[in-house]
Amino acid sequence: MTTEVIMPQLGESVVEGTVTKWLRNQDDQIEEYEPLVEINTDKVDTEVPSPATGTILKLFVGEGETVKAGTLLAVIGEPGEEIPEAPPADREDGGAKAAPPVEREHQPSPAVSTAPSTPKATREDIGFISPVVARVAAEHKVDLNQVTGTGSGGRITKKDVLAYVEGGQATAPWEEPASGELFRPTEEVFGKVLPAAAEQRTGAQAGNVLPLDAVRTQIAEHMVRSKHTSPHVTTLMEVDLGRVIAHRKAHKESFGREGVNLTLTAYFVAASVEALKEVPVVNSSFSEEGIVLHKAANVGVAVSLGEDGLIVPVVKNAEQLSLQAIARSVNDLAERARSHKLILDEVQDGTFTITNHGISGSLLATPIINQPQCAILGVGVLQKRPVVIEGMSPSGEPEDSLAIRPMAYLTLTFDHRIIDGAIADQFLGIVVQRLQSWA
Amino acid sequence: MAEMTLIEGLRQGMDEELERDERVYILGEDVGPRGGVFRATQGLYEKHGEDRVVDSPLAELTIVGIGIGTALYGMRPICEIQFADFIFPAFNQIVSEAARMCYRSGGEWTVPMVIRAPYGGGIGGGLYHSQSIEAFFAHVPGLKVVVPSTPYDAKGLLKSSVRDPNPVLFLEPKKGYRLIRGEVPEDEEVLVPIGPARMSREGSDLSVFAYGMMHQYCLEAAERVAQEGIDVELVDLRTLKPVDRETILGSVAKTGKALIVHEDNLTGGYGAEIAAILAEEAFADLDAPVRRLAGPDVPAMPYSHPLQDWFMPDADKITESIRELAAY
Repeated sequence: MTTEVIMPQLGESVVEGTVTKWLRNQDDQIEEYEPLVEINTDKVDTEVPSPATGTILKLFVGEGETVKAGTLLAVIGEPGEEIPEAPPADREDGGAKAAPPVEREHQPSPAVSTAPSTPKATREDIGFISPVVARVAAEHKVDLNQVTGTGSGGRITKKDVLAYVEGGQATAPWEEPASGELFRPTEEVFGKVLPAAAEQRTGAQAGNVLPLDAVRTQIAEHMVRSKHTSPHVTTLMEVDLGRVIAHRKAHKESFGREGVNLTLTAYFVAASVEALKEVPVVNSSFSEEGIVLHKAANVGVAVSLGEDGLIVPVVKNAEQLSLQAIARSVNDLAERARSHKLILDEVQDGTFTITNHGISGSLLATPIINQPQCAILGVGVLQKRPVVIEGMSPSGEPEDSLAIRPMAYLTLTFDHRIIDGAIADQFLGIVVQRLQSWA
Repeated sequence: MAEMTLIEGLRQGMDEELERDERVYILGEDVGPRGGVFRATQGLYEKHGEDRVVDSPLAELTIVGIGIGTALYGMRPICEIQFADFIFPAFNQIVSEAARMCYRSGGEWTVPMVIRAPYGGGIGGGLYHSQSIEAFFAHVPGLKVVVPSTPYDAKGLLKSSVRDPNPVLFLEPKKGYRLIRGEVPEDEEVLVPIGPARMSREGSDLSVFAYGMMHQYCLEAAERVAQEGIDVELVDLRTLKPVDRETILGSVAKTGKALIVHEDNLTGGYGAEIAAILAEEAFADLDAPVRRLAGPDVPAMPYSHPLQDWFMPDADKITESIRELAAY
């Protein structure tokens, strides 16, 4: 009897995965539990063991292909056994227990509704397709998953598919872009000067085309979606890191003996955690039902993977950790991130993110919010700058002096749906204050 | 242009044909001096004489049999069956003789006969005065079946039926005899070809196919739902056999949805044939299952008024069916 190998569902809201590498070939003999294939989801690679002993009769999905959870990947059995027909790669019924939203990040809160302006999520069930709808869809190569149904029970009617063909999606009135300067497409406002992004081709001679790998595609999707979801506002403060540096110097050796490399990142995490405790609304996610405050402070720390992109491992329950524990965790996560050894759980459920763009020399940046979080802290490069120190003369007169201090710019990009500038500044102010008063 | 009732259209049609062609004559119960129990032949006996408007015995088989015989001899009989419910004694004559004659004789003998019969209920007629019979006869090759829904078509189609060399069963919606009124030109000859359906109301959301009194109710229902934003296309079939496939298929290609309405019993009723044609030839155009609204599968239309109303499709029931179909 043959055994089917299907794309596993590697997380509650993970609905697809990419076959990055077949570890064995068609016609190979394989034992149960032996590693069979590497799958990539959420930028993390997972090895899938063989569910049975036998011969790999057929591989259905190639390396680099992305398929839905439940899709038939391979069949294992005895040579000569009949191989079941592979249904089309997008098998909808496969063990996907996911809630309808197709967010790749696991949300700490129950289903966060997709904002109307985001690209339509795949419909789990497009309902009954009548003969004429099927015909029109075939004639015009329409993906019926993209069509809104207005018939009974949400059925796609002939009118719906014709409307889709004739002028974009048939959207509900409230989903139509409003009129007014703010909402008109750039082409309309600026005319042909700015061609639509999708159509934009530079007149310059095209060079090499770099294919998009799984990580790049996911980053691209997430960044676009984040910008469409949250109104991004960035506030800027500067921080004097003198005391932090002094503290680090004093404790580096003792931490080292515990096997912990104490970096500045740990301080930023710790200071953020304190601010999150004092301004809990920043540790939240937006939902139509209300602002969901998260219990734990799971702080993600962005790690650059160079040309391979970027990934954000998460220090879970950071509010319960000491500086040393935070440092240990940050080190470990960063190292494993760079060597591609993170597990799925370590890149999910973040409630706040810190990105240290200063490492690569940037003074100031306005990072994109890591959905569905409320805010992201950007740390600029540590730079010795002349600053004015307010003081007093020996006679009690206010007297300012110049000093050279290790300074850095901190930016907080926040979701203006959830918090306003005053709260954001309150939060960032606490971070600055904590860092500046480290003892 | 004159406004007249459906029955007046019929009377005028017969009058003009009697006038035009001396081979035409009318045979039926009480058609002569009585002028017909509905007054369809009123005044014709006086005008054209007892040889042209002939009272028959109370024997439908004989009426049709004589009609066939005289037609074979070159006459153009208009046989009246007083109520369609009484046509069954003549069934054998119609199906085995009249309908087969041309085919059977290789075209040598034809039966250019019209059999007129008031059909349908809603007039408190009960068991033997309310039946619809079109399904039995639309099934028979060699026979034409015509059902006018307007005074203009009543006149025009009756005249065309008289001139048609085939036996034509001409069914008249008796409830509409005086209820249906319409304009009919007075100064020109009114001739409506047998075959083509009539686009009664153009629309885009769904197609409704009807004939006889039901067409009238469908028109009412269509006006009603127009207020709700449902745009009904209503086709008056007019000829049931040979049916206008082109118009039917063209309409469903446009709207994707079809509702057929008749007062005859549902099962094996005429609507089933239209539904089958659509299923077979309009499959790729269908956006919803083909629906039929018809009389219930009950042996007869009740005499009791509330039960008669329960039996008959009316504007309310049609409106409801249209709404359901539009929402699908």
